[in-house]
Amino acid sequence: MALVQHHVQSLPGITLHTIPTKKYKTTSITLQVKRPIIEEEVTKRALLPYVLQSGTKRYPSAQLLREALDQLYGATLHVDLSKKGEYQIISFRMEVANEKFLSDRTPLLEEAFALLSEVVLHPAQEKDAFLADVVSKEKRSLRQQIQSIYDDKMRYANKRLIELMFENEPYRFNVYGDEQALDEITPASLYAYYQNVLAEDEFDLYVVGDLEEEVLQTLTKKHFSLARREQHVQSEVSSRNVEKVKEIFEEQEVQQGKLHIGYRTHTTYKDDDYLALQVFNGIFGGFSHSKLFINVREKASLAYYAASRFESHKGIIFVMSGIETGNYAQTVKIIGEQLSAIVTGDFSDQELAQTKAMIRNQILETIDDATGLVEVLYHEVISRHKRTIEEWLDGIEAVTKKQIVEVAKKVQLDTIYFLKGKEENKVEAASV
Amino acid sequence: MKQLQFDQLEETLHFKTLANGLNVYILEKPEFNKTYATFTTKYGSVDQQFIPLGKQEKVTVPDGVAHFLEHKLFEKEHGDVFQDFSKQGASANAFTSFNRTAYLFSTTDDVKKNLQTLIDFVQAPYFTEKTVEKEKGIIAQEIRMYDDNPDWRVYFGLIANMYHRHPVKIDIAGTVASITDITKDDLYECYHTFYHPSNMLLFIVGPVDANEIMSMVEENQQAKSYSDQPPVTRFFDEEPSTPAKKKDVIYMPVQTPKCYMGYKEAQPNRQGKALLQHELSVNVLLEMMFGKSSKNYETLYSEGLIDPSFAFDYTEESGFGFSMIGGDTTDPDRFAEQIATMVETFKKEPLSQQALDRVRKKKIGAFLRALNSPEFIANQFTRYAFNDMNLFDVIPTFEGLRVEGLQEVLASHFQESQLTICQVKKKQ
Repeated sequence: MALVQHHVQSLPGITLHTIPTKKYKTTSITLQVKRPIIEEEVTKRALLPYVLQSGTKRYPSAQLLREALDQLYGATLHVDLSKKGEYQIISFRMEVANEKFLSDRTPLLEEAFALLSEVVLHPAQEKDAFLADVVSKEKRSLRQQIQSIYDDKMRYANKRLIELMFENEPYRFNVYGDEQALDEITPASLYAYYQNVLAEDEFDLYVVGDLEEEVLQTLTKKHFSLARREQHVQSEVSSRNVEKVKEIFEEQEVQQGKLHIGYRTHTTYKDDDYLALQVFNGIFGGFSHSKLFINVREKASLAYYAASRFESHKGIIFVMSGIETGNYAQTVKIIGEQLSAIVTGDFSDQELAQTKAMIRNQILETIDDATGLVEVLYHEVISRHKRTIEEWLDGIEAVTKKQIVEVAKKVQLDTIYFLKGKEENKVEAASV
Repeated sequence: MKQLQFDQLEETLHFKTLANGLNVYILEKPEFNKTYATFTTKYGSVDQQFIPLGKQEKVTVPDGVAHFLEHKLFEKEHGDVFQDFSKQGASANAFTSFNRTAYLFSTTDDVKKNLQTLIDFVQAPYFTEKTVEKEKGIIAQEIRMYDDNPDWRVYFGLIANMYHRHPVKIDIAGTVASITDITKDDLYECYHTFYHPSNMLLFIVGPVDANEIMSMVEENQQAKSYSDQPPVTRFFDEEPSTPAKKKDVIYMPVQTPKCYMGYKEAQPNRQGKALLQHELSVNVLLEMMFGKSSKNYETLYSEGLIDPSFAFDYTEESGFGFSMIGGDTTDPDRFAEQIATMVETFKKEPLSQQALDRVRKKKIGAFLRALNSPEFIANQFTRYAFNDMNLFDVIPTFEGLRVEGLQEVLASHFQESQLTICQVKKKQ
């Protein structure tokens, strides 16, 4: 039997994905809403889900809506934003108990569908605008979220790297938007944008749990009736050649310097060498047996963390490590040497076997978790490329050393960003 | 091997106490790909004063030893145990808390071999001066990383406010200065005192056969010679019941200030069912006062005093306990004032049965959701067991909560004298 049963059905305006399983004590419902990253819209799009979860026609305030969720045995509703390749995605996630594990057996699934539909399709509004006080509250809250990135230095450094590395591409925008654009949003402009989202965006609904496809079809048709829409235009991933490596320093009062490095790989999810790139990343910095961890942390004792991460749809590898400001040059050199080692084939059969085993384990573990599973399945929607879990597993197993060297040769260093501490801080640190 | 049946949850827990005192629990989850196992000792950062195994005199060890030991246990004469796990397709990790140190792995392949590796590496320490020295640089960077993290600073700042002498006020990893004093002998002394099987718990959850796994673990343990060891004698200095400090402000380069406040539990000495009931009661009260569907939440949010980072929690372990309410806020002083007033107002009004029923439903739903996670089950079960509680009693305990009982908890825990505040403000 397949590792995951995934039934896909196109309904008007929305695609239903049913994943029946007896693994969980809850049912999870995820609605993904997709469109390309558009400069003028990034912040509006970031604000929209927060406004939607703050009141509906039937439950006009956040408090009333939250009470309704509590009554459904603590059903949860989370909204989330993400950038995947050239797209900015809004996610609504709801999780509701499977009543068979409760002493009170009132059916909860349909109620959950109805509530999610309320939030997404029937917001509280007046005269073609969202409620003014809701919008102003959510603007304030989003502003605070944008500002708080600065306070988490790892996130901040990552954000700066992306802004600098993609200075001429839409990918540079932070998924939460920016403060200036936030000022200009009005209840009416946001509502107009929302209408446009309902008419044009691509909606995918994933339901994971102990359930039947026919029931879900009926529920989806009943609660998520959307207008049919044109076939969506795919956003082309731009893959630029690096002309000159950027090296950028910024200074703040931090105890530990944050080193973030971006590479272009020129390979994305839909490409044939994607799985080879996955294995490359695993050897380079994905795990605790990887070259970065061993050489930066274990051998040189320079850092607590030194890792690399891969963005599947933009084809980017990010390396990050927290180090003493004075160790910058040494660390950058060691990281560079690790990439060169892979390019010249300097990695053992054991590193290769270990990496494959870890990736296999990672995939199987990810699909044990409903959220992780939906993330994996949603790759297909983003890339328009189907790859079953079995194909993933077999594909990883089949990757050869030669393929890894080939894919490593394509990896180009683009930008080095270093958030360094102030000198006086170092003196302070030494005298603790 | 014994079995505990939880019909409503459709779960069966298998367990056995082995001859050397090790408690082993196995939960079969046939639908999952992943097996998750934790091997935990009842020993954490607060266990600083004790009588070492085979000695008569009390010792006091440097801050951060338990965490340092956790790091070093992975290194062996043949190399790094992380490598052994990853060769076997498993990812391993470990963590140190105030009163536990846990070693764990997850795998979708070859559970038995990985389980052997887990048990064997934890039961075979190998510390040298050289490897201990090398680790100091790495842990210093771990400490620095947390030093720059305002959420971490405000959280530990609040705990430090609460306690006069209890070591819960000390950072789990210690300080850059305190770890420089740690030697391999410290590690061995702590290891031999606290890592005896009778002070440990092994939990395995996943698509496994409980009988098979239990036999394997038993065989593994029988092959090792452990002599009986009495329970460890630990010492804690006398701790006054009220907070050490009413308020503290930490200045950091942040854009958004933070405010955390909390009530120090005056009598943190419950165990078993009494602890479970108390812990869930305070959490239910917090939810009634400040949950997203409460009037207070709406007010705070409307006034712009909170954002989605707002959170609250109550935790109690043997010797310490506290509630915490906090998050990012534009006005940390006004936040503190408002929260304190809201608590006082709430205490004066009668508790609503309707609100209790709603919050109870919410909490039960959240618990079911948490049971989807093998990690949650293993880690929480262990924490509960070390406090003589049973994780699977949570739902019946929620169902048994009554307005009258909550009223008493409300009056006893949320006293103004127990309140303390910690803020992070922008460094000018």
